[in-house]
Amino acid sequence: MIINLEYVYYIAGLFMGFIAFLSFRDTTNPKRFLTGTFWGLFAISFLFGKLIPPMIMGVLVIAMALIAGIGGVRMGKHEQASEEQQEASARKMGNKLFIPALLIPVVTIVCSLGLKNVQIGGLYLLDSKNVTLVSLGVACVVALIVALSITKSKPVQSVKESRRLIDAIGWASVLPQMLATLGGLFAAAGVGKVISELVSSAIPVDNKFLVVVAYVVGMALFTMVMGNAFAAFPVMTAGIGIPLILQMHGGDAAVMAAIAMYSGYCGTLLTPMAANFNIVPAALLDLPKYDVIKAQVPTALILLTVNVFLMYFLVF
Amino acid sequence: MLTLIGVLIVIVGFALRFNPLIVVTVAGIATGLAGQLSMEKILTTFGESFVNNRYLSLFILTLPIIGLLERYGLKKQAQALISKVAVATTGRLLMVYLFIREAAAAVGLTAIGGHAQMVRPLVSPMAEAAAENKYGNLTEKVRNRIKSMSAATDNVGLFFGEDIFIAFGAILLMKGVYEENGIVVEPIHMALWGIPTAIAAFIIHGVRLYLLDKKLQKEAAANDNSNQNKSA
Repeated sequence: MIINLEYVYYIAGLFMGFIAFLSFRDTTNPKRFLTGTFWGLFAISFLFGKLIPPMIMGVLVIAMALIAGIGGVRMGKHEQASEEQQEASARKMGNKLFIPALLIPVVTIVCSLGLKNVQIGGLYLLDSKNVTLVSLGVACVVALIVALSITKSKPVQSVKESRRLIDAIGWASVLPQMLATLGGLFAAAGVGKVISELVSSAIPVDNKFLVVVAYVVGMALFTMVMGNAFAAFPVMTAGIGIPLILQMHGGDAAVMAAIAMYSGYCGTLLTPMAANFNIVPAALLDLPKYDVIKAQVPTALILLTVNVFLMYFLVF
Repeated sequence: MLTLIGVLIVIVGFALRFNPLIVVTVAGIATGLAGQLSMEKILTTFGESFVNNRYLSLFILTLPIIGLLERYGLKKQAQALISKVAVATTGRLLMVYLFIREAAAAVGLTAIGGHAQMVRPLVSPMAEAAAENKYGNLTEKVRNRIKSMSAATDNVGLFFGEDIFIAFGAILLMKGVYEENGIVVEPIHMALWGIPTAIAAFIIHGVRLYLLDKKLQKEAAANDNSNQNKSA
């Protein structure tokens, strides 16, 4: 393929490298060296992730966690446009300002649908296994170029502005990736088997309804702990779903999987562990940390109850 | 039993408000040791999984664009725009967004929306502006409620739309897990059986947005009354 997902990672790496450089130089930040090192290590994982031996990469990942843990990732000072400047500029630029923002989804969709199977000289134009992600990378580059030309800014300006946003999110920007990593360790250590034994000893497994409740609620709870329904699904399905619902009570596999995953998503709505959906947006919107989760609690709990009954009536 | 120690560490660590990155790292190492993996294997798993999951952090690529546009007044312009739309209430605006987000995700267009791309620059300022137009200045509490509902609407729309799309990761994951256990299922069937929950999610969250409008109205009326009482 011509445009590989790895190239998109290189762009992200160069960008984070620049952020690290700016952080090192920011004398208003009392922890500028630790902050710079944190973003620098993140940049390295994007640039050289495939080259560095996994074991050394593991050490670097733990080093990042330690820096964050001792409070080493701090905010610097940022020059910001005043409210008046923003208003004046908005009046001048008008709706043109929306164009680059809307270009991100539009170009992503056009590329992922339109260029999916395009080949040049026998090579796929876009990485065929990761079309959407590669398209997102292309879209961001296109949107940035358009944004720079509309606002007549230098590229450096955009990186400086984005450092304001990145500093506001802080170490939380790495949390989703760390959680997925934890899922890998849970799988390698065989956490699923233990859960199955535990559930079998806790509930009367010949009661269909209770087994469904255990699986649906278990998916939600385990997702809450793991922060990720993808990580919970293999564990709970191997532990409860397959042995008890499919094999013991003869349930339908397609129905079970679909509703189980959605039950996991109800858990995702409820947990700070799903940082990219719940904590990162709270930071982006200047909200108290748990406000997004609080807003989601009623929807999630009602829907989870609905899921229990949907699965009970549809799966058997 | 000992392998569940990681689960316990995560729960306790979060409850005690330790830094989540540290909690997750300690939980990972403890789980590995309890599962009798060597330290070498644990570090390798850390490194491999982190590198394989880099796509989860690609949202950072949108920040230079959003940051630049915000400097040039993106949020102000969104507010100016919604102030021209007379019929839009906060709840109705978010309902329209919920529908677009869920329907788009169901056909695989998850890139429409997102917190960094849509909610922060567009949806939340528009929802706030809709309330401001109707009720004047908002208290911080009301503003925060609208902001968090905007983010929640994005999540609900995305989550309960995307599993209907057959090429989405979740469907592929289900297929993979079943295959490892010797069960063969067509992806399209799992996608179709996601529809009842998807519809339920839209109805439940839609009703909550309708109630949000009612609540904003009621609070504004209460405020007016207390102001009148003060002046009288």
